[in-house]
Amino acid sequence: MKEMICIICPLGCHLSVDDSDSKDIKVTGNNCNRGIAYAKAEIINPLRTVTSIVSVKGGDIKMVSVKTTDQIPKKIIFTALELLKDIEVEAPIYLGDVIIKNICDTGVDFIATKTVLKCNNKSH
Amino acid sequence: MKARLVIIGGGPAGLAAAISAYDEGERDILILEREEVLGGILNQCIHNGFGVHVFKEELTGPEYASRYINEIDNREIRYKLNTTVLSISNDKVISYVNSDDGFIKLEAGAIILACGCRERPRGAINIAGSRPAGIFSAGTAQKLVNIDGLLPGKEVVILGSGDIGLIMARRMTYEGARVKAVIELMPYSSGLNRNIVQCLDDYDIPILYSHTVIDIKGSDRVECITIAQVDEHFTPMLNTAKDIECDTLLLSVGLIPENELAKSLSVSLSPITGGAIVDEKLMTNVDGVFACGNVLHVHDLVDYVSAESILAGKSAVSYLHNSVQDNKAIEIKVKNGLRYVIPQYITVDNDYSEIILRMRVDNVYKKIAINVRLDDEVIISKKKQICTPGEMENINLRSELVEKIKKAANVTVELVKWGE
Repeated sequence: MKEMICIICPLGCHLSVDDSDSKDIKVTGNNCNRGIAYAKAEIINPLRTVTSIVSVKGGDIKMVSVKTTDQIPKKIIFTALELLKDIEVEAPIYLGDVIIKNICDTGVDFIATKTVLKCNNKSH
Repeated sequence: MKARLVIIGGGPAGLAAAISAYDEGERDILILEREEVLGGILNQCIHNGFGVHVFKEELTGPEYASRYINEIDNREIRYKLNTTVLSISNDKVISYVNSDDGFIKLEAGAIILACGCRERPRGAINIAGSRPAGIFSAGTAQKLVNIDGLLPGKEVVILGSGDIGLIMARRMTYEGARVKAVIELMPYSSGLNRNIVQCLDDYDIPILYSHTVIDIKGSDRVECITIAQVDEHFTPMLNTAKDIECDTLLLSVGLIPENELAKSLSVSLSPITGGAIVDEKLMTNVDGVFACGNVLHVHDLVDYVSAESILAGKSAVSYLHNSVQDNKAIEIKVKNGLRYVIPQYITVDNDYSEIILRMRVDNVYKKIAINVRLDDEVIISKKKQICTPGEMENINLRSELVEKIKKAANVTVELVKWGE
């Protein structure tokens, strides 16, 4: 019997997971169905949404924030972050633009969560 | 210069208030924002968790902000960026500066304070030791990383396990720093459970409860900090002192509503919330001056900031259309475990529209009910399995109950155990 906290939404339900039968994992303590899927994944292959930043060239701000379009395996988080480290995207970047397609063959992309327009050289 | 409705702050509170005021029919609205962009603190909150209530989806901070900014642009609501308000006089004349207009005195018909909050700094909590570089408030570190693309340090200790501290533990780890520990004064975290899991447990970052930082060493740069366990009076027990080598200390030790402008206006502030004392319309003691969002009381969820600010926008427009009546006000008293309730007063008039009470408890309580009592009659009892100081609670008072309240002599909100 494992105790865990669901991270799918800010409620953070306390879940009790009976994984004695790996083909029929039983979950209690959830307030919605997403908690059941979370608990099962957490036992078999934990998944996470990842948010980070990427350098922008020629934009009105220096960094654009990004997120994964879906959860990716927890064990590849740092590999995924490495993909963002040495790249620079060119302004304009629009909210929703794909920054990295198909992270490590997961079918999940990194997309921009901000719009960054071209720097218009305003003086301040 | 004149504007009928001036909103100070273009973060989530100011944006929601402006949209609400516009939708109530007001067209002469001006938002004054000191940063280069609208969006407020959401611009640097690049993590998920925003909008679960309002949009029924989980957004990052910038995405939540952009929804509101789009609504502002669709309505062509005016705003000025890079504009700092210096003071506001008692007759609602706003003094502001920016490099386009220079120094301006702006006469406002109504003002909504949506200035947000600031972080408690080291000096306010008196951490002993030298004053080297490498000590940042968690929010400052967040701005340096997420907006400026800079790494504040490489070997990090974080004091405070509220959500900002927890989020920054993960953020710094993602950027290649080593977060050695999160130090928490209380025996529990005020942050969301999910953040303990996804920010600390996931990266094996230890959290030390009932501990605090008692010394900082280093001349040019932080070299090491000393922690100690605290007793039940929060006094450090020096025999438990332990050094942790690090080059960076992040402080996540509390948020304080930003009320310097309110003070210049002689708005009465509550020493408990740090924000204005308001009635059910979110109006302060100064006629035509309203407050909403973190400047009124520090929120956990931006969704509630937006809801609260919609009311401020509506109230400001109503004020502009109607003369203020000199009505009696009933104080809402808090007892038994409730730290505060917003609003602190309810005006006795003929408006019986729904009132939402927002509140925080002063400790962790299990199996309790939040009761609203008029003299001896309990009119609402909201049962909860658990209430914690880190989670704002709310109670919706329907109009029939509001009518009853406005005829009562005493209104009290209090916690009672189940079965009492």
